[in-house]
Amino acid sequence: MLRFILGRLISLSLSLVAASLIIFVVIEVIPGDPAAFMLGLSADPETVEALRAELNLTGSKASRYFQWITGLVQGDFGTSYTYRVPVSELVLQRIWVSIPLALFALILSTLIAFPVGLIAASNRGGAADYAIMGGTQLGIAVPNFWFAMLLVLIFAVKLSWFASGGFPGWDNPAAAMKSLTLPAIALALPQAAILARVMRSALIETQGQDYIRTARAKGLTRRQTTLRHALRNAMIPVLTIIGLQFSFLLAGAIIIENVFFLPGLGRLIFQGITQRDLIVVESVTMLLVFAVIVVTFLVDIAYAIADPRLRRRA
Amino acid sequence: MRKLPFPLLLGGVISAFFLSLAFLSLFWTPYDVTELVISRRFQPSGSSFWLGTDQMGRDMLSMLMAGARVSLSVALVAVGIGMIVGVPLGLAAAASRGSLLDEFIMRGNDLIFAFPSLVIAILITAVFGPSAFNAILAIGIFNIPVFARVARGGALSLWTLDYILAARVAGKGPARISAEHILPNIANLLIVQATIQFSLGILAEAALSYVGLSVQPPNPSWGRMLADAQTLIYTHPMLAVLPGMAIVMMVLGLNLLGDGLRDMLDPRLRRARM
Repeated sequence: MLRFILGRLISLSLSLVAASLIIFVVIEVIPGDPAAFMLGLSADPETVEALRAELNLTGSKASRYFQWITGLVQGDFGTSYTYRVPVSELVLQRIWVSIPLALFALILSTLIAFPVGLIAASNRGGAADYAIMGGTQLGIAVPNFWFAMLLVLIFAVKLSWFASGGFPGWDNPAAAMKSLTLPAIALALPQAAILARVMRSALIETQGQDYIRTARAKGLTRRQTTLRHALRNAMIPVLTIIGLQFSFLLAGAIIIENVFFLPGLGRLIFQGITQRDLIVVESVTMLLVFAVIVVTFLVDIAYAIADPRLRRRA
Repeated sequence: MRKLPFPLLLGGVISAFFLSLAFLSLFWTPYDVTELVISRRFQPSGSSFWLGTDQMGRDMLSMLMAGARVSLSVALVAVGIGMIVGVPLGLAAAASRGSLLDEFIMRGNDLIFAFPSLVIAILITAVFGPSAFNAILAIGIFNIPVFARVARGGALSLWTLDYILAARVAGKGPARISAEHILPNIANLLIVQATIQFSLGILAEAALSYVGLSVQPPNPSWGRMLADAQTLIYTHPMLAVLPGMAIVMMVLGLNLLGDGLRDMLDPRLRRARM
């Protein structure tokens, strides 16, 4: 087990190094230099030079990369050029929108997908199965931001049950949760469609196994075998997808935040892009990639604990 | 020949319909999509404008047709990039299975897989400037590991077979065997994967152009149309509903086609498909 964790840790750090290099290089290869890019064409050379010094653009590429990385490790994300405050401060404000939104969506998607997948698998080939498979096929095809717009149209415009956007802050938790509800549903439903399909096929796969036949032979009912044996063994592929979905949910949250005008990390990135605030874009992107890579790592460890057979494959 | 299954047929018809609309828009659309005629904006659907007009007085049907062209070509070229780079990598990895090269290619794959692709795509298009070309690149890069993995997986099982051994005895090198014997036999797998990546590419392009990071005005795309319609959703919801339905139909069609092809080409998967 220790060897497994060690192996995973090495690949985790390699991923992080590769990710940071890619992000650094992408920002670096901008034609011209970032300072001139940020200030626009009409900036006078002195201002550009001052900004170059402020952005640490004066050293060699390698030393700048290490400065950026050591800063990130110490929690120093640099200073936003447009806001004139540390990026870490901006991130801390907004992370309390994005992370709850992604988690809310993850919980919703799991809560929807489990029973739906279970019903489809236990009525395999029946009418309910066909209806569910058809519905999930549709769910996969729907872009989440369009679904979000439809939700706004129905629940905010027509029914006036929810506000069409904005975020009141966590001082009033009920209102905050309410304003995250439509965005979370918009994020969750397409993911739930995928998860339900995985759940169904994983259950069908395990139902054909010998130990299920044994369980049936010793007198357990279909329902008992499903709940006690098949469900547990079907969890491995389902957990894999849930882990992967966190990455989609975070990325999706970036888009969805724009539909609902939520002040999260996604809005921060896009504001950074339009205001040419590259420090913000660079550091927030790295943070998101970091989150995804760490979650993938944790999911890997979780399986190894759940299923000892996986440890040997490392 | 046995009857084609219904989902495959439906998916094929839908995909063919949108592809021909996109192709047709190269030569002809009912109205010019670059011409703004404010006096005829927000026309309801009727005999002269089948699907009505938008806030700039452009014909929605023409916009959807031209949008189809952009969305489909971005996704298609991105799939092309993924195949052209990814398949040779996968074949090389399989031909040298267990070697350092194989290890290197596969770890590189894992790295790209671990990335939140949309986030990196946003970064790439943000830095290089929003354009269809950069959107294609950003989406295409993430198709590479997918095709490399599928090609390697398919090729690995073939390398143990007798006819490959016979080819080796006949003196063919690994590159020639990969091209002449392996590639034709994994073509099925690759076609199915291409359909899936094509539909994912359309969704990704829609998301990128929705946030303004793909094709630029005056060229329409489905994602852009949605972004433009968002502020008008209170008064003119159809402007937001129609492009979204186009995306859903197209992606649904491709997914049905992909699933159907997979079932047809690989009957073993038919039992427990996802």
